[in-house]
Amino acid sequence: MALRSTDILTQTPQGLYCPLGDFHIDPVRPVKRALITHGHSDHARAGHSSVMATRETLRIMGVRYGEDFAGSTQEALLRETVRIGDVSVRFSPAGHVLGSAQIAIEAGGTRIVVSGDYKRAEDPTCLPYEVVPCDVFITEATFGLPVFRHPDTRQEVKKLLDSVELFPDRAHIVGAYALGKAQRVMALLREEGYDKPIHLHGAMERLTELYKSEGIPLGDTPKVVAAERSKLAGAIVICPPSSIQDLWSRRFPDPVTCFASGWMRVRARARQKGVELPLVISDHSDWDDLCRTILETGAGEVWVTHGQEDALVHWCTTHGIRARPLHMLGYGDEGEAEETAAASAEAGDAA
Amino acid sequence: MNRFAALLDRLGYEPRRNAKLRLLVDYFRHTPDPDRGYALAAMTGALMFKEAKPGLIRGLVEERTDPELFRMSYHYVGDLAETVALIWPAPGHESVAPPSPLRGGVGVGVGKQERGADNAVASGPASTSQSSPLPGRTTPTSNSSPQEGGEIGPGHNNPPPHVPTLSEVIETLATTGKSDLPARIAAWMDALDETGRWALIKLVTRELRVGVSARLAKTAVAQLGGMEPDEVELIWHGLEAPYEDLFAWVEGRGERPESGNPAPFRPPMLSHPLEDEDFAKLEASDFLAEWKWDGIRLQAAAGHGSDERPVRRIYSRTGEDVSRAFPDLVEALDFEGAIDGELLIVREGRVQSFNVLQQRLNRKAVTPKLIAEFPAHLRVYDILFEGEEDLRPLPFAERRKRLEALVTRLDDPRIDLSPMVPFASWEDLAAARADPASLGAGPDADAIEGCMIKRASSPYLPGRPKGYWYKWKRDPYLVDAVMMYGQRGHGKRSSFYSDYTFGVWRDGPDGEELVPVGKAYHGFTDEELLKLDRYVRNHTVKRFGPVREVEYGKDRGLVLEVAFEGLQRSTRHKSGVAMRFPRISRIRWDKPAAEADRIETLEKILERGEKEIHPLKDREANEA
Repeated sequence: MALRSTDILTQTPQGLYCPLGDFHIDPVRPVKRALITHGHSDHARAGHSSVMATRETLRIMGVRYGEDFAGSTQEALLRETVRIGDVSVRFSPAGHVLGSAQIAIEAGGTRIVVSGDYKRAEDPTCLPYEVVPCDVFITEATFGLPVFRHPDTRQEVKKLLDSVELFPDRAHIVGAYALGKAQRVMALLREEGYDKPIHLHGAMERLTELYKSEGIPLGDTPKVVAAERSKLAGAIVICPPSSIQDLWSRRFPDPVTCFASGWMRVRARARQKGVELPLVISDHSDWDDLCRTILETGAGEVWVTHGQEDALVHWCTTHGIRARPLHMLGYGDEGEAEETAAASAEAGDAA
Repeated sequence: MNRFAALLDRLGYEPRRNAKLRLLVDYFRHTPDPDRGYALAAMTGALMFKEAKPGLIRGLVEERTDPELFRMSYHYVGDLAETVALIWPAPGHESVAPPSPLRGGVGVGVGKQERGADNAVASGPASTSQSSPLPGRTTPTSNSSPQEGGEIGPGHNNPPPHVPTLSEVIETLATTGKSDLPARIAAWMDALDETGRWALIKLVTRELRVGVSARLAKTAVAQLGGMEPDEVELIWHGLEAPYEDLFAWVEGRGERPESGNPAPFRPPMLSHPLEDEDFAKLEASDFLAEWKWDGIRLQAAAGHGSDERPVRRIYSRTGEDVSRAFPDLVEALDFEGAIDGELLIVREGRVQSFNVLQQRLNRKAVTPKLIAEFPAHLRVYDILFEGEEDLRPLPFAERRKRLEALVTRLDDPRIDLSPMVPFASWEDLAAARADPASLGAGPDADAIEGCMIKRASSPYLPGRPKGYWYKWKRDPYLVDAVMMYGQRGHGKRSSFYSDYTFGVWRDGPDGEELVPVGKAYHGFTDEELLKLDRYVRNHTVKRFGPVREVEYGKDRGLVLEVAFEGLQRSTRHKSGVAMRFPRISRIRWDKPAAEADRIETLEKILERGEKEIHPLKDREANEA
């Protein structure tokens, strides 16, 4: 008889735990053994005894926390099955950010997929999502309401470029999360043929270098020199979201405040942040893609980790799929934890 | 429709006037006729179709979505038009559709077969993902992005729906009957994207609200051809959507359109505030003075059409035709020409306060009851035309004589002259300004907000020419209040805490407490703004999104001297009062918060302005 799913994966205060393999997935507190889906700071934290993640995620953690971020590390090869204790484990691309992976755990004929954060839309900076059929699918629901349908990213980038053309005397300050979103925006701009330098806030620098060293062409991305800010009329500047309204952005010539995020779909959210040019570019699945992915995995049961759980659970139930919210704490809305990381990076970079 | 939608979308987020103007000019320059003309009509409120009710839109979306998902979405988004625009299940987005009756609702009687059917539907839109390794599963094949794929749903082998142009939408709306309207709107909604649907809803419900005044839109049109906005204003009221003749003219491709309006609007003459240093430069004997009434500036124009029927119009200061709101006043315009004056409410010969006037304004339905309770009155002070004769080049003193003669001839209690204030020196006038009641204004003094000073020789010139007309407002009210909250500003000031909510003391259940009485975001210098911003940042106790609560109490807090023009009662504010034009007049770094004013100070000001004559019902009660 197949194992029950809750025998394979349970919830603990540290996060999802697999007793048969004695490991946690994306634990929010230090543990003995952690499997990490991707490098965002709410999922990848420092201080675990051992960490298993993709090579790129390990590099990202090294850049963020220093090379001694864990007692020991183990590189997870994509699509390779590894035995851990009494379960087999396999990492596959999740399409979220560079190095992001879903983790499939299998034991006694039952397969559970922990998808971490994922998206289905095109992204030139990471491998595309791969559907992994399973019995239990564990999904996020950051944008788990049917009002969230992300538009074509090309249209959004074009909006930015049109605005740069219309206001050549103003600097366009684009808030974007330091890991993933920032580099994706750069790559999208390059795809649209924008070949001028894209100016970066200091907090973006090291991760952008890491992306480049992974062979992702992002072009010329000079760091903004404090004294030169007033000369950047007509330029595109990318900075952490916390900086778009900060003292830092004041010195640019008549700045246009832009923000690249899935939240920008809702006007009130954009207004609340004082955004003048919202760019709906998200690294998460929108509603249609969440629903589609659940169906494509063929899962009979869905657990929803965080976000707008209720609507997605409701949808699963009306489509004959058992579903429950996990109400997991510690995982941010898109980028909220990232904000903190960016802010601290900024503090050391206050110039 | 997409260009128009993109324009509205961008305008809605843009706080700066000049940037709005640039967006509008860019739109008019790059959008062909007749679309741009209809856009202009939409923004100037010149469209004539019958608007759709929000209920219709709601009904349409409810037929198409799972009620529970709609409820959660509406709750989250908070705005009906936006929720509908975002959730609308266009072909290819079936995942919000209500559960089919076959499924029998929540999780009951679910068959494998139906799951399969759903699966086929949902996996149809193109995907960028790698195909699943499991054999026998439906796998996506196309390489296009899901967004594009979403346009054509699986099982919909039809070509993509036709995206309507703005002209099509407006021309169709003008001819569509009530019963066909829902189907029309639904078909357009299917064809448009999220922003397009949002703009469509705003358009069909006639609730544009993107912060563009008619004046700004006309200014943008004028800028297309490097003209002054008043040149457009002059011919505006003879024109009709889609304004192809207007665009041809400003772009230098056509003749100046003839104004076919026998009662056109003419741009009004405006005044400059009088500064202290001006007195030394101005000779009192060159000037005439009137009271400055606390009402609404209006222009009344009358003429006759080609069929000899009288045409009577009332325009706002910005040229908006507001005749429909004042049928009682329109009736009184028994002359030909154009006169300039102030809209007031007069009961039993006494001018009522601005608070009373406001109750007459912005009403959708102008009922006989409203007219009886709030009788509109025009107190005139200038004449621009008499018959066909343009009086604007004449000196003010001569125009005044012509005006006096006209008002005498009209002999209508609804139209009277704004009296002159006699004075021999600036000191005389200062005394009159300080106490209008004793100098001829009598009981109307409360509706006076200072003096107007006009050069006797001044012609009537459009705009705000220098050296002719001055306004000398009465001193503002002042109150010492304590800063309670700071909020980020907009546009250039978006990184500063530049909007301050302030409060005064009142007795609460636990002793004295501060109650917010207003919010101000100007009156200080750039240098003071830096200091205030720093103060907010350094004294924050709580954050609510863009708002920070600062420290305040008996022994701490910053006192702001707030200047304002008037007060009115308000049910929306905790304190029960709302201020007109509040601004920070001084920052009292020196004053302890405990010494700030109490709410009673405001109550007294309120009572002054409330010596109103009560309308009909109350009066009868008083007489009884």
